[in-house]
Amino acid sequence: MEDFSVLIGGKAGFGIDKATLILGHLLNQCGYRIYIYHDYPSLIRGGHTFSIIRAAQTKIAAHRNKIELLMALNRETIDLHQARLNDGALVIYDSDAVKELVLSRQIRTLGLPVGKIVKDENAHEVMRNICMIGAFAKAIGIPMETLAKIITENFPKEVEMNVKVAERGFAAAETVKSIAPPAAEPLPLISGSQAIGLGLIKGGLQDYVAYPMTPTTPLLHFLAEQANDFSLKVIHPESEIGVMLMALGFAYAGERAAVGTSGGGFCLMTEGLSLSGMSEVPIVIVLGQRPGPSTGLPTYSGQTDLHFALNAGQGEFVRFIVAPGDLEEAYYWSAQALNLAWKYQIPAIVLTDKNLNEGIGNFDIRSVAEIPEIPPVTWEGKVPYKRYEVGESGISPLAFAPQKDAVIKVNSYEHDEFGITTEESTVTKKMQDKRLRKEKYLREELKGFRTVNTYGNDDRSTALLCWGSNKGVCRELAEKLGLKVVQPVVLSPFPEDAFRKAVGGVKKLIAVENNATGQLARLIKSYGFCADSMILKYDGRPFALDELETSVKEAIR
Amino acid sequence: MSQTNLGSYSPNTWCPGCGNFSILNGIKTVLNELKDTAFPLENVVIVTGIGCHAKIVDYLNVNSFYAIHGRALPVAEGIKIAKPALKVICFAGDGDAYGEGLEHLVFAAKRNIDITVIIHNNRSYSLTAFQYSPTSFVGFKGRSTPHGSIEAPLNPLELMLASRATFLARGTSHGLPLLMRLFKESIMHKGFALVDVLQVCVTYNNLYEYYAKRVYELQDHDANDPMAALTRIREWDYNSDASIALGVFYRKEATTFEEKFAPPHITTQERDVRIKQLLRESI
Repeated sequence: MEDFSVLIGGKAGFGIDKATLILGHLLNQCGYRIYIYHDYPSLIRGGHTFSIIRAAQTKIAAHRNKIELLMALNRETIDLHQARLNDGALVIYDSDAVKELVLSRQIRTLGLPVGKIVKDENAHEVMRNICMIGAFAKAIGIPMETLAKIITENFPKEVEMNVKVAERGFAAAETVKSIAPPAAEPLPLISGSQAIGLGLIKGGLQDYVAYPMTPTTPLLHFLAEQANDFSLKVIHPESEIGVMLMALGFAYAGERAAVGTSGGGFCLMTEGLSLSGMSEVPIVIVLGQRPGPSTGLPTYSGQTDLHFALNAGQGEFVRFIVAPGDLEEAYYWSAQALNLAWKYQIPAIVLTDKNLNEGIGNFDIRSVAEIPEIPPVTWEGKVPYKRYEVGESGISPLAFAPQKDAVIKVNSYEHDEFGITTEESTVTKKMQDKRLRKEKYLREELKGFRTVNTYGNDDRSTALLCWGSNKGVCRELAEKLGLKVVQPVVLSPFPEDAFRKAVGGVKKLIAVENNATGQLARLIKSYGFCADSMILKYDGRPFALDELETSVKEAIR
Repeated sequence: MSQTNLGSYSPNTWCPGCGNFSILNGIKTVLNELKDTAFPLENVVIVTGIGCHAKIVDYLNVNSFYAIHGRALPVAEGIKIAKPALKVICFAGDGDAYGEGLEHLVFAAKRNIDITVIIHNNRSYSLTAFQYSPTSFVGFKGRSTPHGSIEAPLNPLELMLASRATFLARGTSHGLPLLMRLFKESIMHKGFALVDVLQVCVTYNNLYEYYAKRVYELQDHDANDPMAALTRIREWDYNSDASIALGVFYRKEATTFEEKFAPPHITTQERDVRIKQLLRESI
């Protein structure tokens, strides 16, 4: 098997998350490249949760709907997912939980008395998952030693019992398929949240402030766990309003701070966002999208907040918005968002979604471009200190209290160069011009970055236009169908020249987005570019490769 | 005492006779005194919300963050956690801290973070041209409640005591010597300190006479006793007619929030090494 997918499912509380991770690491260890899609409802116990673990020979960032292996801890998993089974697929199931299984003749089945095994071993019921994984390893020819190693590395306690239960599952199964020989050295297997967190750390993060909200909660958890190792202060205050303002307090005092949220929390942060714009106190916001309006589908994915991010906050101010498309971009741009926010003293938004934040895949740091430190402009002692000194670039030198010879005043009101409130008309205009002038220099600096990615030869006249996490699925599909991909990564300030160059020679531009109105298509239209057709999906689920293939073929027919 | 001119060039736009002048003059004197005995002026950071009170930042030539309505507290907390050596003083209004940003006040007290909060409590919204506030009397005829407000005021000190504040005091804008003593003690207190200043708004809510008849300074009060503090705090509920105690109601020594964080202790090189190490562990 060179490119195959495993689906494991059951109720929340069955340990599907952990099992998913073990399966991912197990196949990673065997030299496959991995991508994991995790689908779960907004509840703590019950419901139906599942993961699709896809293994391939080359690096991937998308899942397929069709699967080759189904691991069912209950009947519901089979009922819900049997339509996904490819011919020749194998169903591994708990025969104590699933009686009388009737499937089409092309499907092979492997039933194990998982419930009984776990009971025999006096193991916790949740270990049914590891018993199934033992059977899985045997079924596709992975040695028990490899599995034992993965279990040992991933369970903080009860390692022996887990290995024992896995061995029982392994012994009860038979080998029916065989894995491919290792294609490459294993790479780290991490989530988007981890890539973003490490990127922020790389960018010099000192403080992370957040209120839990899917899909950025795992980022809060990750950074809280890493706080000590990376000397971070990670704080979970009373509300997203408190989050944003506290973070601005950190930045005023000279520390690099970031916040994380989703659309609803970002609503509460917008007054602070505008304050950042006016006071020129830098901040990075990780905005993980999920379907709205309002609470919407809390644990699912969407790309519905592009225009919200572009326009949030009263008044006119410069903002940097970047939508990374995969783990490497998430790492790179999270670091650069901090660098650019601090150099230009502006708010920067890392616009992601549940699909990117909670998707798990291989991370190859070797393919990440060098991240040079971009030093902020700091005060060199000239007196009197003017926090908002007007200069050519609009960037005023930063100073942080305590300073013997500088009084550092920042202000939400319109203010003069010293930061004292003003309502005077000429000063108002002068200061607004100063702040907006920064955009010109930011645009100039961004010319040295890959603000718009393209994939596929320039002679390909049909292109998929995508942003954010759709990069993975579009790129893989375009390669298969001989199409080009255009992926703007920086969305504000919009890289007009780079985009024009990227769509040069494209006759048919197909926008692929996870929203109902085509938000990127609308954005490019304001710069005079037109998407010829749109493939929109807004049911909360990301595009699967096979599903998008059908839609794209229809669009180009 | 060496006198530093703490003033700025900003023209003062408070109404003549405004109670805010006492607060401004009081804090100038106290900061001048403390700079010789306790901490240098450059260590002071003032944070305000929005309202008449907040103009004080423009009139003081010290470090400041002129924040937004109701949000002085979280900004102040961020500054203090980042640099515990700084003396962070919030000035906030009653509409500001007891209304729009009440959640932040409660949580800052709960954390016992070492900041000082001085409330310009004029018991009305004045900069927005006269509406009732969270501490206005029942029946307050402001422009949003022309027939009289129908809700009772909250007692902010009682709320703050319940929220675990460790220093609670009340003064008035017409009792400068006491006010300065309260400012000084609240700034020197290690932990969350709040001074509720009954500040007279001469234009919209002139309670000068009202307060003059009722205020008295706390005597023989054990501020370390929370039950005694509660009794004294409940004496006047900001609504019914009663004597109004001034002074320190409550003080307690307790661990502060910001001291639980270790100071930054990692170099860029160490950070990069740990990132690589963490990635290796993810294989």
